Amino acid sequence: MTTLDPAGTEALRARAWAIAATVVDPEIPVLSIADLGVLREVRVTPAGVEVAITPTYSGCPAMNMITLEIETALAKAGIAPVTVTTILSPAWTTDWMTEEGRDKLRAYGIAPPVKGGGRRALFGEDTVACPQCGSTETSEIAAFGSTSCKSLWRCNACREPFDYFKCH
Amino acid sequence: MATGSVTVADQPLLRYLLRRADDALILGHRVSEWCGHAPIMEEEMALANMGLDLIGQARSLYGYAAEVEGAGNDENTYAYLRDERGYMNLLLVEQANGDFAATMLRQYLYSAFIHPYWLALMGSADPTLAAIAAKAEKEAAYHVRHSAEWVIRLGDGTAESHRRIAEALVRLWPFTGEIFEVDAAERGLIEAGVIPDPAGLRDGWKREVATILTRATLEVPADGWMQQGGRLGRHTEAFGHLLAELQYVQRAYPGATW
Repeated sequence: MTTLDPAGTEALRARAWAIAATVVDPEIPVLSIADLGVLREVRVTPAGVEVAITPTYSGCPAMNMITLEIETALAKAGIAPVTVTTILSPAWTTDWMTEEGRDKLRAYGIAPPVKGGGRRALFGEDTVACPQCGSTETSEIAAFGSTSCKSLWRCNACREPFDYFKCH
Repeated sequence: MATGSVTVADQPLLRYLLRRADDALILGHRVSEWCGHAPIMEEEMALANMGLDLIGQARSLYGYAAEVEGAGNDENTYAYLRDERGYMNLLLVEQANGDFAATMLRQYLYSAFIHPYWLALMGSADPTLAAIAAKAEKEAAYHVRHSAEWVIRLGDGTAESHRRIAEALVRLWPFTGEIFEVDAAERGLIEAGVIPDPAGLRDGWKREVATILTRATLEVPADGWMQQGGRLGRHTEAFGHLLAELQYVQRAYPGATW
């Protein structure tokens, strides 16, 4: 790749960030990796563009897919070569999810993680509001849901079942 | 990827990482054997989720091991191309699933240890280990709660469920002593503040386990003869069969990718 001046480097970095930020979580396609707080850093180096992401749950199979999608999105925009690296420290937490991401989740029918909830929230012992009717009269049906990040709940007011994005 | 069996360097941190990773991978594999066989849909989901967490934790640890070793091995060669004697997992986690009661009890005995262990490892002088532990801790907390609930329910359930989990407890208990064993290689890492001393967690584990077993109306077994050898690659009969299935594709079709 050609050598860029500082302004050109910054423009490329910003463009690469904007493109990487459009990649969505394959399991919850309303959330982008920027909403999730998974996209940590984009750097322009003499060797190319480096994108750093942080894994969510240890076993989340979406991470491999996300890496591939970032490479594809940047390649389509003519940005190459690209390396996607994984940063483990500091460990990702659901507190990094943006407010916008939380609103998108709710609109999609998934209750967003209780923020800064700590140990009690980890077990859904905090109040989880129904994403359909907003009632806090809810109860957990199963701690393990359709993906590693979700548990299954039910609203006792509107009687609808819903997914809750667990605190991590 | 290499195609023949691989051996790994004898280095304390590497050995430690592989032991912890092997625990997670082998237990994750055992739990995954329940896929399609769980008694109810919720447990199908729970077991798959727990297996996924464990295999994910193993991947993080193998990835770091590969970095530490720097010999061209990766998570796949560690998992698929090490021979039986190269695996250093606890004997507890390789024990056959048995029935649902035995599976939940095995999960509980391990999780009740590993959860406080990950919490302690978060204070490691090694930032990568601390980060892996920070993630694993949250996952393990769910495993403890879920498996403890089942131990209580089955122990304090019907005569049949009580009999089954009581039998599993007698069978699995002799494998719990090994959890707290430390050898010279790990002793050095403990002294350097890289890893916590599992012996320091033993009393807490015993109290916690005794509380749950008592609620389950089960008798806490006395600590008699304890099996060991897993940490040195000496396994029980169950392990070779497990490995044959786990490694089948890479052994039958060396270097296969898709």
